[in-house]
Amino acid sequence: MSERKIRVLIAKPGLDGHDRGAKVVARALRDAGMEVIYTGLRQTPEMIAEAALQEDVDAVGLSILSGAHMALVPRVLELLKANGQAHVKVFVGGIIPDEDVLQLKSLGVFGVYGPGALSETYINDIRQAVAG
Amino acid sequence: MSLAASILAGDRLALTRLLSYIENGTAEGRAALSELFPYTGRAHLIGVTGPPGAGKSSLVNHLARHYRIPPDGTPPRRVAIIAVDPTSPFSGGAILGDRLRMRDLAGDAGVFIRSMASRGSLGGLATATAGVAQVFDAAGFETILIETVGAGQAEVDIARLAHTTLVVETPGAGDDIQAIKAGILEIADILVLNKADQPGADSVERALRTMLELAHPTPHIFQDHPPVETAAMPASPQPMWLPPILRTIATRGTGIAELASAIAQHAAYLRQSGEWQRRERYRLEAELNTALREILMARWQASIPQARYREIVESVAARRLSPGEAVEKLLNSFGGAHAPPADPALD
Repeated sequence: MSERKIRVLIAKPGLDGHDRGAKVVARALRDAGMEVIYTGLRQTPEMIAEAALQEDVDAVGLSILSGAHMALVPRVLELLKANGQAHVKVFVGGIIPDEDVLQLKSLGVFGVYGPGALSETYINDIRQAVAG
Repeated sequence: MSLAASILAGDRLALTRLLSYIENGTAEGRAALSELFPYTGRAHLIGVTGPPGAGKSSLVNHLARHYRIPPDGTPPRRVAIIAVDPTSPFSGGAILGDRLRMRDLAGDAGVFIRSMASRGSLGGLATATAGVAQVFDAAGFETILIETVGAGQAEVDIARLAHTTLVVETPGAGDDIQAIKAGILEIADILVLNKADQPGADSVERALRTMLELAHPTPHIFQDHPPVETAAMPASPQPMWLPPILRTIATRGTGIAELASAIAQHAAYLRQSGEWQRRERYRLEAELNTALREILMARWQASIPQARYREIVESVAARRLSPGEAVEKLLNSFGGAHAPPADPALD
């Protein structure tokens, strides 16, 4: 009887401790009417994929400022697939060089957002990715 | 294989999907829940409630660990955790942050954590929490820990759902008048004084103890609801359960073993006294009533012309009609045949 809500997992894989961006995004998605599961710092890809399964989320946002995105993101995508959750859409936030952005997108990441990204941009992208 | 059959066979993907169907109130979810119903009734439902920041998530985390690796060498139990956080009344969104304190449980296939947003429900749980608990029960989770939204004085729904309700208090939470008010303290089967290493722990414990001594133990039969036929239940020869007060420091895991043993004693008490069946029966009746109310409302709403409904809402907004008169009008023109005769006191 309640309408379908978009559920998003916001996770910070890897070892950097800068979670301000992740919290800002979580808050913006909340204000856009989404349900945001916030898991906090220093998550392994395994923990993230497991949480995505238990929470049955529509999308996963990975915040990475350590530079390890080319190791962490493909691993998360792989584990989601292995868990039968290939339908979960993945986006990335952080400081990512342009050539890596292209590569991440070719792996199936629908959006990569750097500093200064507007909340309307990623909110719309998430809605579109989840709907389509 | 049906969704319900897959869940009974241990398929976690089917499990997580059904939980979403139930949260979203879909027909598919209701059908699967009915199919699973005969397999429910085995789990021990433990509610954890208390004010925001009292340490509920940390306590749940440590209790779950205790049940997974019991220090007394008993076999580990499968644990499901339902963590409810509030939905924003303005955007309808929510931040569900209880997993943050449950990192220790990651990687254990015997633990399943599900976060839920309250979605407008005011009693400290979400409307779908009972259904989600039933699915976990049928899926073979022996212990189900249910953490409410940070609750103050009136969010007592958890006591209707759980077999055992823990109320978590912390030092510095107000004077002894707070302790004798009705509501959340009354529903405690076990009082947990968390952050017990902080100043003021002794005076809070004293206030709680005074409250317990003043109180006559009350059977947990809710009075805001048509009374259940208690007469048909066997009168309990057992003494009433007196809620113990346990001190914990959840961040360090201090006092968890003692808390777990108090929970086990309470479960044993419920079973011996017949209270377990009484609570189950009450809960199922309440669930039936809630479902009935929702479906009747939805059906009725689907049966009336929306334009007419909006018109009446406008009249109420313009204060031409009182909400009471509006209800009469709506029921008289649509589905009024089943409406009870008007209350003579209103004439």
